[in-house]
Amino acid sequence: MQLTGAEIVIRCLQDEGVEYVFGYPGGAVLNIYDELFKQDKVKHVLVRHEQGAVHAADGYSRSSRKIGVALVTSGPGVTNAVTGIATAYMDSIPMVVLTGQVPTHAIGQDAFQECDTVGITRPCVKHNFLVKDVNDLAATIKKAFYLAGTGRPGPVLVDIPKDVTQAKAEYAYPKSVTLRSYNPVTKGHAGQIKKAVQLLLEAKRPMVYAGGGVILNDAAPQLTRLVRLLGFPCTTTLMGLGGFPGTDPQFTGMPGMHGTYETNMAMQHSDVLIAVGARFDDRVIGNPQHFFRSDRKIIHIDIDPSSISKRVKVDVPIVGYVGDVLDEMLKLIEGSPARPDPAALKTWWAEIKEWQRKDCLRYDKGSALIKPQAVIEALYRVTGGDAIVTSDVGQHQMWAAQYYRFDRPRRWINSGGLGTMGFGLPAAMGAQLVNPQATVACVTGEASIQMCIQELSTCKQYNLPIKLVNLNNRYLGMVRQWQEFFYGNRYSQSYVDALPDFVKLAEAYGHVGIKIEKPGDVEGALKEAFAQKERLVFLDFITDQTENVFPMVPGGKGLTEMILAEEL
Amino acid sequence: MRHILSILVENEAGALSRISGLFSARGYNIESLTVAPTEDPTMSRMTIVTVGSDDVIEQITKQLNKLVEVVKVVDLTDGNHIERELMLVKVRAAGKDRDEMKRLADIFRGRVLDVTDKSYTIELTGTGEKLDAFLTAIEPGVILETVRTGASGIGRGERILKI
Repeated sequence: MQLTGAEIVIRCLQDEGVEYVFGYPGGAVLNIYDELFKQDKVKHVLVRHEQGAVHAADGYSRSSRKIGVALVTSGPGVTNAVTGIATAYMDSIPMVVLTGQVPTHAIGQDAFQECDTVGITRPCVKHNFLVKDVNDLAATIKKAFYLAGTGRPGPVLVDIPKDVTQAKAEYAYPKSVTLRSYNPVTKGHAGQIKKAVQLLLEAKRPMVYAGGGVILNDAAPQLTRLVRLLGFPCTTTLMGLGGFPGTDPQFTGMPGMHGTYETNMAMQHSDVLIAVGARFDDRVIGNPQHFFRSDRKIIHIDIDPSSISKRVKVDVPIVGYVGDVLDEMLKLIEGSPARPDPAALKTWWAEIKEWQRKDCLRYDKGSALIKPQAVIEALYRVTGGDAIVTSDVGQHQMWAAQYYRFDRPRRWINSGGLGTMGFGLPAAMGAQLVNPQATVACVTGEASIQMCIQELSTCKQYNLPIKLVNLNNRYLGMVRQWQEFFYGNRYSQSYVDALPDFVKLAEAYGHVGIKIEKPGDVEGALKEAFAQKERLVFLDFITDQTENVFPMVPGGKGLTEMILAEEL
Repeated sequence: MRHILSILVENEAGALSRISGLFSARGYNIESLTVAPTEDPTMSRMTIVTVGSDDVIEQITKQLNKLVEVVKVVDLTDGNHIERELMLVKVRAAGKDRDEMKRLADIFRGRVLDVTDKSYTIELTGTGEKLDAFLTAIEPGVILETVRTGASGIGRGERILKI
């Protein structure tokens, strides 16, 4: 039977098992929206800005391992979506973005709401397509889903001109895809895996460094088993939090710019470092010259060969899905009587315990002002450590990562690579929709929240009972912190004047708002908010304006050149 | 170090801009780039001449391989290879210089493709170095116009780039 392009789009989504599409209609996608209207299998979530659509699809994907789908119109619809697409790209989030385009005959004519979508998005997608023939439409959408979810995941965009959505073609959704130019290596090399296991067993000062790849590949169980079997210390990056239980005694905290003292020292002084789905990001290892040590062997497992030896030379590269590679490693270790030298491990742990005595995350608990760290700790207690926590970007993000101990993967959702303010609230919407029973909290700041605050309206429309934890310090906190440390306290444009009354604002959108000004009221307010299971509650915590995130490795410095709280 | 990368790529709209975009986005050098379809019209072959340390070339190769439309990448400079470039050069050829210009073209195994009473258009093929040598051998003042294709390369003997 012949179907129109618009019908084909919807049929493809149905056949792909897509539950939710996040989007915003406009001229070029009207045919698709009309078909959407005629069915109820694929549900549409109407956001208030296209950036929100893509972030919501992103949060949906991160919290569920499904492929998020966004649908936007041509021109400004696309340009508004670019921030969301780039955010997903930097964090390797599987996503399909469908965009409307002006009719094929109008392309290149500077038509109304025309932009070169494929050109604009090319550097921030895993791949993109412009479909010029309706006969290619179904196969292209299938390819998009396949590319988004396999290998190193990422956003894939399909640009569909309006006349293609009107033209008719025979519909058949392909069952499988093969692309001669795309064959990611997914199975680790057996010889390399053996070499890596040998190194691990001989290590005297080992360190396990796991990243977002563990979450994306659902390899947390294997990682946890391996770390416990070997008795090694383990750190997970900002993107990897929850990949290994945050409350486990072998967990040493996050590494990097705002990592713990003990983790950074152990990363630097280890003799065998195994990186699992992590990419030696500048925020993780600081200055690579300083990080380099000739007496340390590095094992690196990653699905993307170009992540290996990009910033740091490694000794044993292993390309493959981290889960498969860890399975192979476990098989080898469990099948052999050899174990790491217990005496050496004991000495190494003693050294790490000594570093832990610095208690680098301590803060003033007797303050008359609300300490942001205390709010996160209270959030952890009140939610039993089991909420899905999204965050925006800045100090509050670091505090949430440091003080909320994530025991499970896909519970911590933040923009790590691109660092996109405005990510938290729409991401929480996606997470809440796909996990309707879960407690979802969005840790944010008074600056970040205003970048996508319009989505409070979407939350009302779809009854999303998200709890917003606003750490309101009346400053662009991280900017202020850098200005305090490195720019002689010249707080250029980092003070946020004329803030709205967030309680009234929440109420105006039909939600509940609570303002908290005293440390003694923090826990009670959180309890009150989380008891309101059906409502979105905006908690506006008026926090200590001068609080800083510690420890801190200044940009360009070595990992051990940390500023600690007591040194100021 | 100078490297010659041979790339098999799907003959699709946008593939070239994906590759050139990768070079500019990641700050890699392109000295020259040539591309045309192969005997299989669904596929193009590209030759890129680039300069970088071994680490940079390794990254370039990996990043190229990561592009969905790239089928295969080979660094020709890893082994024995042949490299050729084509140049068309229009020179002033009048008076007593006319014979000298013809002789020079012959020495460099060039061919005169077009003639007027005041000029020659000469075709030269060879490595980039040879073409440079020709241009330095003739007086700069007589060069009216040059156009070069950039290098194409192929492995020697049994070294074959094909899928």
